Amino acid sequence: MAKKLRVRNHKVVLNRSAGGDAGITIMLVILGAMMFLPMYFAVMQSFKPLDELWIFPPKFYVINPTIKNYSDLFKLMSTSWVPFSRYIFNTVLITVCGTFGNLALGSLAAYALAKIPFPGRNGMFKMVVLSLMFVSTITGVANFITMRFLGLIDNILAIIIPAFCSTLGLYLMKQFMESSVSDQVLESARLDGAGEFKVFWTIAMPMVKPAWLTLIVYSFQGLWNTGSSIYIQSEQWKTFNYAINQILSAGIVRAGASTAAMVIMMIVPVTVFVITQSNIIETMGTSGMKD
Amino acid sequence: MSENTAVKTESVKPVSRKDMSKLQWTWKEMKKHKMGYVMIAPFFILFFIFTVVPVLLSMVLSFTSFNLLEWPKWLGFDNYLRLFLDDDIFLTAVKNTLIFAIVTGPVSYIMSLFVAWFINELSPRTRAIVTLIFYAPSISGAMYSIFSIFFSSDRYGYVNALLISLNIRTEPIQFFQDATYVMPLCIVVALWTSLGVTFLSFIAGLQTIDNSLYEAGAIDGIRNRWQELWYITLPTMRPQLLFGAVMAITGAFSFGGIVTALAGFPSVDYCAHTIMHHLEDYGGQRFEVGYSSAIATILFLMMIGSNMLIQKLLSKVGE
Repeated sequence: MAKKLRVRNHKVVLNRSAGGDAGITIMLVILGAMMFLPMYFAVMQSFKPLDELWIFPPKFYVINPTIKNYSDLFKLMSTSWVPFSRYIFNTVLITVCGTFGNLALGSLAAYALAKIPFPGRNGMFKMVVLSLMFVSTITGVANFITMRFLGLIDNILAIIIPAFCSTLGLYLMKQFMESSVSDQVLESARLDGAGEFKVFWTIAMPMVKPAWLTLIVYSFQGLWNTGSSIYIQSEQWKTFNYAINQILSAGIVRAGASTAAMVIMMIVPVTVFVITQSNIIETMGTSGMKD
Repeated sequence: MSENTAVKTESVKPVSRKDMSKLQWTWKEMKKHKMGYVMIAPFFILFFIFTVVPVLLSMVLSFTSFNLLEWPKWLGFDNYLRLFLDDDIFLTAVKNTLIFAIVTGPVSYIMSLFVAWFINELSPRTRAIVTLIFYAPSISGAMYSIFSIFFSSDRYGYVNALLISLNIRTEPIQFFQDATYVMPLCIVVALWTSLGVTFLSFIAGLQTIDNSLYEAGAIDGIRNRWQELWYITLPTMRPQLLFGAVMAITGAFSFGGIVTALAGFPSVDYCAHTIMHHLEDYGGQRFEVGYSSAIATILFLMMIGSNMLIQKLLSKVGE
């Protein structure tokens, strides 16, 4: 006796009760609203003129939208200790250099871990997995000593160089390479006389584009939000996030400008995610850990 | 892969693995794949300098008194005794960290799993939009500061305005100055930002499950979606479940930043003081390196320990 199979989105859908579908939809709408509303309010808030920021009861929408908060923010920026463009320059410098280094060193190491069976690679990879299990705050104090030893205190390299060896991107890229680059193709290239670097660059890398995009996005998100750091003391090496936080901490006086600042800080990473989403999800498909 | 190459080696050269001691064979493999070491070297040298060595160094320094100027003085277990016997604030921090971790870890993990599962059958375009809505808070930087406007302590804050206009309260509540509200509010905000890498990993994991498994399951007598989830979906995506757990636990132990942004540092009566804050206090501000290394070591052991435990538990899913 053949069972009747329902079809939705050209896929066979099984065992679905209408009640369950409705329940799931309701749950999704409620949870989704809870996630979305704070973002929505922040954006609304940033377009409110001063008199609407301080009315009782507060409104969930704008009556007379204005971009005054944004222009205030830029005015505030121009009165900072060092030119505001300097903070932005620092953040961009950290983000670009850190991401590039992480991509270069991380994908090389990922290729070797995934595709070259050298003794000791399993142990190496276990250490990478272990490093995902704790946060960098733990190494902060000891790293301060290392940085002092290397003479990198108050040097922006103290933020950029450790970013090179961030392990999440390496982990994701290694897992992705393992499952999506076939050994036969690499082996035949090696038999044709191609060196490992050539195989890596001309064969493996083009095949793992989603993974390197994912690595770039994660490295970017982490570094873009770099705030104040114990390594950096001089104002001219502070970051955009630090400057924004200074504005945020001023509270009531700058209520409008600070929401504008929050919105600006949010837009960049969210836009990057929108553009790269399908690649990230594809990479995440192989992110699993084997027991 | 390693076996394949071993077989090839044997066919090219008459020396088989059995003719050599393990050490000789390893040495031969090492020479054969020496490019592997060249390629991992740049990354792993930095990884050792900035991650492995610092962890070991903090463990050693945690037994000393060190102020960065004089040579460290050996103290034995004194730092640890001081932490657990003399430092009440540290004990509060441990308690708060555990509460944060035990609440936000599992809740964000389960929320990630269920939301990913809910949206799995939506059309790709809708799924992409819903994914963005749920994921955006975790990447939007300092956006969680909006909650300080929501729960603002004057009547212009949304929550207070609502309570006052409904005549539930006459005076605004000082949300972030009142010890009874700070912890719950910080947990809510932390949950809001917690659908991150774990969530994306689950979405992707669900997408990679072959539909024929479900069809076979339906024929074998699976009757509803809960059975499908437990008997087919979860066991199949176990690798993602393990990876997601690592990300969720690491996140759950480390959200000191949200507390500082909302409740200030130190928070009222240290009511939301976490180990991260204590570490920052002694390491970043007082430069008591030995003492803060002991704090870091304890946090390290807590994080690694709970990860190991959860990995053990999750490997039993669906068995």
